[in-house]
Amino acid sequence: MANMKMEKNPMPEQDPIVRAGNFDEVALGYSAEAAIDEAKRCLNCREPRCRTGCPVSVRIPEFIAKVAEGDFDAAYEIITSTNSLPAVCGRVCPQEKQCESKCVRGIKGESVAIGRLERFVADYHMNKKKKAAVKAPESNGHRIAIVGSGPAGLTCAGDLRKLGYDVTIFEAFHKSGGVLVYGIPQFRLPKEIVAAEIENLQAMGVKIVNNAIVGKSETVDELFEDGFEAVFIGSGAGLPQFLHIPGENLLGVYSANELLTRVNLMKAYRDDYDTPIKRFGRVAVVGAGNVAMDAARVAKRLGAEHVFICYGIEFNLLNNPVAIHGGEDGHVTGIELVRQELGEPDEKGRRKPVAVEGSNWILDVDTVVIAIGTSPNPLIRNTTEGLTFTKKGGIVADEGGVTAREGVFAGGDAVTGSATVILAMGAGKAGAKSIDAYIKSKK
Amino acid sequence: MYKVVTKRFLNDAKTICLFEIEAPLIARHAQAGQFVIFRLDEQGERVPVSVAGYDREKGTVTVMVQAAGRTTKMLHTVAEGDYITDIVGPLGKATEMEGLRKVCVVGGGVGCAIAYPIAKEMHEKGIEVTFIAGFRSADIVILKEELKAASDKLVMCTDDGTYGEKGFTTVFLKNEIEANIAEGKPQFDRVIAIGPDIMMKFLADVTRPYGIKTIISLDPIMVDGTGMCGGCRVIVGGETKFACVDGPDFDAHEVDFDSLLKRAAFYKDEQDAAAQHICNMTGGKRNG
Repeated sequence: MANMKMEKNPMPEQDPIVRAGNFDEVALGYSAEAAIDEAKRCLNCREPRCRTGCPVSVRIPEFIAKVAEGDFDAAYEIITSTNSLPAVCGRVCPQEKQCESKCVRGIKGESVAIGRLERFVADYHMNKKKKAAVKAPESNGHRIAIVGSGPAGLTCAGDLRKLGYDVTIFEAFHKSGGVLVYGIPQFRLPKEIVAAEIENLQAMGVKIVNNAIVGKSETVDELFEDGFEAVFIGSGAGLPQFLHIPGENLLGVYSANELLTRVNLMKAYRDDYDTPIKRFGRVAVVGAGNVAMDAARVAKRLGAEHVFICYGIEFNLLNNPVAIHGGEDGHVTGIELVRQELGEPDEKGRRKPVAVEGSNWILDVDTVVIAIGTSPNPLIRNTTEGLTFTKKGGIVADEGGVTAREGVFAGGDAVTGSATVILAMGAGKAGAKSIDAYIKSKK
Repeated sequence: MYKVVTKRFLNDAKTICLFEIEAPLIARHAQAGQFVIFRLDEQGERVPVSVAGYDREKGTVTVMVQAAGRTTKMLHTVAEGDYITDIVGPLGKATEMEGLRKVCVVGGGVGCAIAYPIAKEMHEKGIEVTFIAGFRSADIVILKEELKAASDKLVMCTDDGTYGEKGFTTVFLKNEIEANIAEGKPQFDRVIAIGPDIMMKFLADVTRPYGIKTIISLDPIMVDGTGMCGGCRVIVGGETKFACVDGPDFDAHEVDFDSLLKRAAFYKDEQDAAAQHICNMTGGKRNG
């Protein structure tokens, strides 16, 4: 009998006051009892709509049914048959916009907590002392190169390896995981989790070469010369955008990428690491997306007294930065904002914010973090012939990741510009399918 | 892990040390003017250093590093045959040499190590090279023989006169430019200046009135070296550039030195504090 409770089982979390002072994970995860209870809320619909909302087509009702039975190992098998990174997805996917948004239980009450259940199953497996040996499929002899070890590249690698391909990932950083390690903070996605997922892939036979910048250390052409038959580009959107306002190069102005990389990848928050970071007092974060929230939360955990979010329509602040002010010594002293109001509706009915003349005011801060988005890195663009690019610098590729150049596939933020982890994973999956079809067509 | 195949101090004071490191991926494409980023160990910083040489066949890259902060001091204690955790590159653009006929290369201190491969490559290409090498004093002078071999004319100078001529590089650069005029010789079509930011600022002032295009190599604070962090922003010709991908070479007459000097000192307090806590007993490795 289904559990007809209207609400999800709540997620245990760290106390808000306590967690604002540490980098430990906020959400603590379900107990086995809570997971089984939650799984019983699933009605096991004959035509499960949740699956249609998942970019990597996780067999959701099937795995949930196994959780309800208490057979967590079987649930793990089902999830990983289509998803190489369940512990990551269970944490950072916007399920409320994807699988859970389609759940019938969500019509009256809350949807089934699919994301929390996925996380529970992945964590259960990870914490098991004795794991079944990972199956490493036999190689079919076809070598595939993957550029970037972020969500798109890892997913593509996992899927291709499962099909028997000999896969090598080239990663520019010393650590693998791309945005999962340099971008998303520890308290939202512990790096140990990412490392464990990557170790799983390596146990399956995926090779990773770190400190290899495709476009610098070697070009796409050289990868083909070296015997790779296809290349998947999942190099992400790493280039930070700036506001181009006066004062942007003052001391104490960071791109969100710099702050997050220093803290997440280079572990500036830990005393045993050498990476320097300044003590923050009052911090203005410019931007209102996921990255801006991550930056704000990081700043708070680094000891900032106040963190302000500017330029966020979501926050109805309707303030736009026009300049950053500094003192004699070149350090930031404040950010100048202009108040905005919603103008007349345009033809689409959208009321565009317009600046209120003479409403400029200065918010006193010592640090400004710019988090208004990123664009694709030009390293591949500048060194690879035969690809086409969008105005914003993204690689032009179809839904299957097929680009203008034979044998070269692309997906994730390198194609779309900054988006989400799960969309990049979906693109990695599509790319793997296209590469498989391409190699088979060559035979 | 990357093996240090050769380690050699380049001067009596042991302030600058050469490391030849096995890194085939870097050796394959490295060019003069580019840089690499190394990391000593798991807790270490990513530190950019210029490429001082490479051997494509052996698959090695050479860097010459001055012990300045914590990481570089620790690097100096790494022994030949030992390994460092990471090195990545080549990063940045190579120094432009196309179409040049007569160049004056000016190096200040460890800047000579960066300028050396540029001068060497130009010299090999048949470009006439005058090299002005400035040091604080005799005990830190490096590459005496190498610089001679890489140039048509070499001027060595020290601030205190303990080796070579006495005086600053700015004076000798001006002398060379004036001599070209006085003797009716062709003027330098490029000056390449590499050294402390403040030296490059003054060298830019020397060449400006003569209208000689002057290129400097910058090494601002950076994290990734691939354009991701934006920490290495410099203002050039009123525009913001990233030294890691747009540089490291820039037109000295366009660079905003005021902002450059301030940004370079941003973490000075933290660096000074960190540099005081290094254990020489552990050979560059940490305890535990």
